[in-house]
Amino acid sequence: MATYSTNEFRGGLKLLLDGDPCVIIENEFVKPGKGQAFNRVKLRNLKTGRVLEKTFKSGESVEAADVMDRDLQYLYNDGEYWYFMDNDSFEQYQVDASAMGESVKWIKDQDICNVTLWNDAPILVEAPNFVVLEITDTDPGLKGDTSGGGGKPATLETGAVVRVPLFVQIGEKVKVDTRKGEYINRVKD
Amino acid sequence: MEVCTPILSQAAGTDPSIEPLHTRYTGPGYPQGLDLFLQTSPEFAMKRLLAAGSGPIYQIAQVFRDGEYGSRHNPEFTLLEWYRPGLGHHGLMKEVADLVYACLGEEPGVEKISYVALFERTFGWNPLQAQIPQLEDAAKMHGIETCNLEYRDQWLDLLMSLVIEPTLGAQGLTFVYDYPASQASLARLSSEDERVASRFELYYRGVELANGFHELTDAAEQRKRFEIENRQRQQHGLAQLPVDENLLEALESGLPDCAGVALGLDRLLMLQQGEVALDDVLTFSLKNA
Repeated sequence: MATYSTNEFRGGLKLLLDGDPCVIIENEFVKPGKGQAFNRVKLRNLKTGRVLEKTFKSGESVEAADVMDRDLQYLYNDGEYWYFMDNDSFEQYQVDASAMGESVKWIKDQDICNVTLWNDAPILVEAPNFVVLEITDTDPGLKGDTSGGGGKPATLETGAVVRVPLFVQIGEKVKVDTRKGEYINRVKD
Repeated sequence: MEVCTPILSQAAGTDPSIEPLHTRYTGPGYPQGLDLFLQTSPEFAMKRLLAAGSGPIYQIAQVFRDGEYGSRHNPEFTLLEWYRPGLGHHGLMKEVADLVYACLGEEPGVEKISYVALFERTFGWNPLQAQIPQLEDAAKMHGIETCNLEYRDQWLDLLMSLVIEPTLGAQGLTFVYDYPASQASLARLSSEDERVASRFELYYRGVELANGFHELTDAAEQRKRFEIENRQRQQHGLAQLPVDENLLEALESGLPDCAGVALGLDRLLMLQQGEVALDDVLTFSLKNA
């Protein structure tokens, strides 16, 4: 069992806490002149995404989490699971809905996603920061409208709904920021 | 009078929460080598001068502590330390406030509160009596998740550092005085209440700036404390350290009744400059020293 002492703590280090893999976001050393030293640590639970704070007695050791990030290609969805492939090893991974999270709204076949593996099992899938998707449904807008002001909802080929300017039409492709769920611009083929 | 004492010593402080850095001399006089410690404060050497009749003394000293590095810690830092024969810890607090005012160029107000009153105000219970489950509950109530603390004083340190300290000195200088006897360090016990020690700390804008004592002058009591601390070091899996026999001899010959204080100059400069990290005011901190 690999462990890390508090002296090794830094942003990005992965620990196992209460059975869940977590990543350190911030680590602060706190010590009274005469008294016990502590490490006050802010972490993100990699399964739930929740941010938590923990305080460790300095010098303590904490179990390491065997977590790594991989770029995997999305292949298909069979109704229950999503399947991804490592393009170097051709190894395939089966991902459940909870690990997919919000990413299901943004990805389509062949997209490359950052997948977090814990003990070699996928626990988190991050959609690419920007995706280009086709509009499958939206109200017809006014001709000659420019990008300023207003907007309307548009359904994308993955089923996600984003607000787009009035001039954007069905069949056109748009670039979307998946972190904010926001339209960026139109994309010409 | 300004004094200058050696940074290297054959002895070290035994406080289990302060770890000295060490080095080794080999050469004429010590062909087999001599283990030496870098001072964690100039306290022992200065007390030897006081016992020899120096009168009031001060010095600005580089001091060294292993295992301490963060936004408010650097393993090498600068202390201003001074001693006043004939003064008690309350008298010295006044002098510390005057000096800090002069450095800040302003006169923030001064709040003085005892350690017991501070805990009663914050949590509603007396820290001299509270047992571990109560301390643990208080930490939980303030959103502190922790574990593996075995001793009452560790829990008190946790609450002091993470809950109370950030709120201290928001309006001006806050002096906290009369610490539990278990945290007496080198202070004498209070003549009015032996459950507390005549020790104080200064806080400003949530930062610990100074630590002072009405000094312990009893050589036998000092030797006992060194022995207890060395036993605690053993329990904590730390190396036992050589007790400073020169200091004990000086105490036996007679240390005048006095108060002394050590003030972190780098932290004071950081606050004076409106910075939030020592890195912003040190010429070169550990990472590029």
